[in-house]
Amino acid sequence: MTGSVLQPETGTAAQDDRIVLSTRDLTKHYRVGGGMFAGPPRVVRAIDGVTLDIRARETFALVGESGCGKTTLGRVMLRLQEPTSGTIRYRGTDLTGLGEGPMRALRKNLQIVFQDPFASLNPRMRIGEILAEPLRSHGYGTPAEIRDRCTELLEMVGLRRQYLRNYPHQLSGGQRQRIGIARALANKPDFVVCDESVSALDVSIQAQVLNLLSDLQDQLKLTYFFITHDLAVVRQFADRVGVMFLGRLVEVGTTEELFARPLHPYTMLLMSAVPRPDPRKRGEDRPMMRGEIPSPMNLPKGCRFHTRCPFARDICRVEDPGLQTLGGRAVACHFPLED
Amino acid sequence: MTLSADPAAILEPETIEEASFLRDTMRAFRRNRMAMVGLAFVVLLVLGAVFAPWISPHDPYRVELDEQLLPMSATYWLGTDNFGRDVLTRILYGARISLVVGIVPSLVSLLIGTVLGILSGYMGGKTDFVVMRLADMMIAFPSLLLAMVVMYTLGANLLNIFLALALVGWASVARVVRSQTLALREKEFIEAARANGTSRAVIMFSHIFPNVVPTLIVLFSLSIPEAIMWESSLSFLGVGVQPPEASWGLLVAKGKEYMFQAPAVAIAPGVAILLTVMAFNFIGDGLRDALDPSMKD
Repeated sequence: MTGSVLQPETGTAAQDDRIVLSTRDLTKHYRVGGGMFAGPPRVVRAIDGVTLDIRARETFALVGESGCGKTTLGRVMLRLQEPTSGTIRYRGTDLTGLGEGPMRALRKNLQIVFQDPFASLNPRMRIGEILAEPLRSHGYGTPAEIRDRCTELLEMVGLRRQYLRNYPHQLSGGQRQRIGIARALANKPDFVVCDESVSALDVSIQAQVLNLLSDLQDQLKLTYFFITHDLAVVRQFADRVGVMFLGRLVEVGTTEELFARPLHPYTMLLMSAVPRPDPRKRGEDRPMMRGEIPSPMNLPKGCRFHTRCPFARDICRVEDPGLQTLGGRAVACHFPLED
Repeated sequence: MTLSADPAAILEPETIEEASFLRDTMRAFRRNRMAMVGLAFVVLLVLGAVFAPWISPHDPYRVELDEQLLPMSATYWLGTDNFGRDVLTRILYGARISLVVGIVPSLVSLLIGTVLGILSGYMGGKTDFVVMRLADMMIAFPSLLLAMVVMYTLGANLLNIFLALALVGWASVARVVRSQTLALREKEFIEAARANGTSRAVIMFSHIFPNVVPTLIVLFSLSIPEAIMWESSLSFLGVGVQPPEASWGLLVAKGKEYMFQAPAVAIAPGVAILLTVMAFNFIGDGLRDALDPSMKD
């Protein structure tokens, strides 16, 4: 796998208390097919060697096309799915080796807000029960204390306490997503994965929920791992951005740098695909991405982006560039873009 | 980003009605005419069975040898059998056994099947393998034969009928519940519960179970007529309820010998079985539709 160094200080990441969560060479492979008459199973490399440090109280956005493995990465980071190899450390504790009991206890601190606010709430539970569950699981206190905390949580996400008695189907999409946020925050976590948490909402509601998330981050000192494909949201909301392509990070940098001066051709092409509101610029030629995303079951040799890269040269077809550090930023490309 | 000052201001305006899942379901059920007819029939039958001694002026066990195989009349609405007993009264008393036999074993097999099905589906692995192979065995074995073996070895009484029918019935319930659990397990709200640190036992009980309940209700209403049929078959074959006790299957079995002198003796309890089975099937269909959220307007 890559084994490449992301940043100069990563060697001491485990001791660095500014790092909340870090992964080293994380992989998740799925076997598909196989069976008595189906031939040997094939391997899907959903995540293929991701090394990443998430700093305390930052918003790290993970962007990429559908199917690039960003949702899987979020799930594996919380061990909702088991990684195939690699390590995940939460404030120095290696999560990959943790037994079921200690892992359940740690889940207090590691939370997730899902994409679909309808699928993520049990249709047969009242809002009050949904919010009480994480509290009960971690022995929060007496029933009265739990009830008070549920009310507090509802108010925190801007909903009236009357909703405690309602069922999810009686709430609107935005309200349900607020419930999802309140549930994630019940036990005062410090690391929250937001998996496309606003993509399913109307644009006006999106803004409200993003405001809420940003408010809560300040109040509760949260660290967000924000999975999205919406670059406009990233630009407004994120401190740092990771760009993912076919199970790997191809570029990591601060939001300003990355948007101002993308180093990886994929990042550049991804950003050029965003529709421009300025009608005068609309006619301008933009480099387009060619073809389809290769199958993660059958990865191309060399740089995995070369089949779609307009700048690909011979070496790209042969040698995998790996994630390299370049002026404080990380990029996986033989020929990083310059202005 | 601008932050909203007042959290109350960002409430989406929407009137919230009280929790009404049950009410919606009942309304949808009431709109289904066949299901309501079925329900009315079952209610009448239960009342008839419970209050049989007060309804019928006849004794279901007293032999009147000079009144054998009488035709239908004002005194004996469905005639009399070969011992001079009133057929209608026998059917009413038989309903007691047939209904109990319909309900109790169904409940038992539902209980066993649900517990094993959820465990099997949610835990997967070895648990799943063992439970499902056991279920395969039960399903592969001819059920009637199995039930007969149980009745024959343990003796023909009501308790053993329950046992035999529960033994035959749990496997198909477990299959259905398991497949539902497999689908539910992948839902995001289950993943959310896992992310919360909720234990597997709590997930199975408070997340999976409530979501299979609608299926269980339907399975229940469908397994009642099945159990009545089973009991009828067993009694017909002579290993079920023993005379002079009356059950519908037994009434048909004994009555068939006098088919040509007094056809009502065999046909009347047969019609009772038919109507009851149909009534429960209508109720089951109605419940299935009423519990499906997509069928509500």
